[in-house]
Amino acid sequence: MNRVVVTGLGCITPIGSTVEDFRTALFAGATGIEPFPPYPEAPGETQGLRFTQSARVKDFDPRLHLDSGVVVSTDRTTQFAILAARQAAQHGNLLQHHASDNVAIIVGCACGGRQAEETETAKLYTRDARVHPLTVTRTMASAGASHISIDLGITGPVLNISTACASGTHAIGLAFQMVRSGMVSAAITGGHEAPLTFGFLRAWDSMRVVSPTQCRPFSADRDGMTLGEGSAMLTLETLESAQARNASIYAEIVGFGMSADAHHITQPAPEGAATAMRKALADANASTDQVDYINAHGTGTQANDATEASAIHQLFGDRAAHIPISSTKSLHGHSIGATGALEALATILALHHRRLPANAGVTKIDPALNLDVILNAPRETSVGLALSNSLAFGGLNAVLALRPFVDRS
Amino acid sequence: MEDIAQRCIEIIAKSKSIPADSITLDSTFDELNVDSLDKINISFEVEEAFSIEIPDEALGTIKTVGDMVKGVTQLRENHPPATVTTP
Repeated sequence: MNRVVVTGLGCITPIGSTVEDFRTALFAGATGIEPFPPYPEAPGETQGLRFTQSARVKDFDPRLHLDSGVVVSTDRTTQFAILAARQAAQHGNLLQHHASDNVAIIVGCACGGRQAEETETAKLYTRDARVHPLTVTRTMASAGASHISIDLGITGPVLNISTACASGTHAIGLAFQMVRSGMVSAAITGGHEAPLTFGFLRAWDSMRVVSPTQCRPFSADRDGMTLGEGSAMLTLETLESAQARNASIYAEIVGFGMSADAHHITQPAPEGAATAMRKALADANASTDQVDYINAHGTGTQANDATEASAIHQLFGDRAAHIPISSTKSLHGHSIGATGALEALATILALHHRRLPANAGVTKIDPALNLDVILNAPRETSVGLALSNSLAFGGLNAVLALRPFVDRS
Repeated sequence: MEDIAQRCIEIIAKSKSIPADSITLDSTFDELNVDSLDKINISFEVEEAFSIEIPDEALGTIKTVGDMVKGVTQLRENHPPATVTTP
């Protein structure tokens, strides 16, 4: 089987719309979470929301980068996807070295073109107005995958994965398996989402899982998640092709584990998360004592963080309290189908720069969790193996195992 | 007519992200790089702006900005019913 390495990175996120800006904010602990401006369609001062903050991509003008025909026929989420994928492909110079039908595009997007859907539906139901003729192309969840293919001229397998908050991680995991097996020689993979519409915020508000203050995973006083948006994309290819063309290698993906809780549509179960982590390690031929960093799902809800901690204790036993862990959602927010890809990017940068990002917002680590949460400043250390966890609503779990690249040939 | 022309030009300029003063009544949609998606978007915006409905058969015959302005003007005059003939 092929070894699979990461040779290109791209992102449009609340903490940076280039990988360099994302990395700077990641290691500076500069959060992208801030009060959102009023939604014009919202009634009253409170807008019917218990929370006031989100993690938005700032100063995004698709017209600076995309043809007008693409802009008018796409939702914001697809525009994020195209531009992040373009960065990753250019960063890795991928297409000069791989046949276009031998490259896959596997991306995660759970919500589709949410803004377009909501805008047109509101017009239709409140004014009996006509629906914009490009609503279908703007709302289809696979539009991002298709547009990356069109934009870059990639003709291999193209798929969108929708597994709620694990979509991006499932996508990267499947792309990893496809490159490892030799089905394709390279892949562009990641996630994208732009769900910060008024209706979506109200829906999440009604679930009472969004923080009225700010997402602070693993904090004793944590009170919920903060919603975000954005995209992160990676280029994966075989080690053989990366070395043959002398590409920069940022990290190696060595394992992928999936599981389902088969339990509840919102309440997580620790056994499912533990199983996904165990399978990722088995896939990587690694043992639990080799894990030196966990990029947690860490949403900042009481339920997720307690369940994820319980899963880590189940799997790692006495080591659980000593494995450095952080949730970068405290910086870039929870961008649903994209978030696993943003976290994979954060993990890759951590491995590459030997700096583990700190968890922002924590006032006091919850002692009941008994975890080594990285606080205040990044921890400077080299890591042998890292896990990146995604644990979605509906009990769909996906875990990537990554290593810094070491030439063992 | 002038108001209609100005509004049509503004809609095309916004949709194509080009300066309004680069568009004249003689500009063809080909010259303005208006592709099929642009055209469907521009037509929808024009319909919304003037509260008209451009018939399917008319869409294919509109080649220039002037054609569009003439068609909109006719539809406005004949409204209702909404029909249009274009060159």
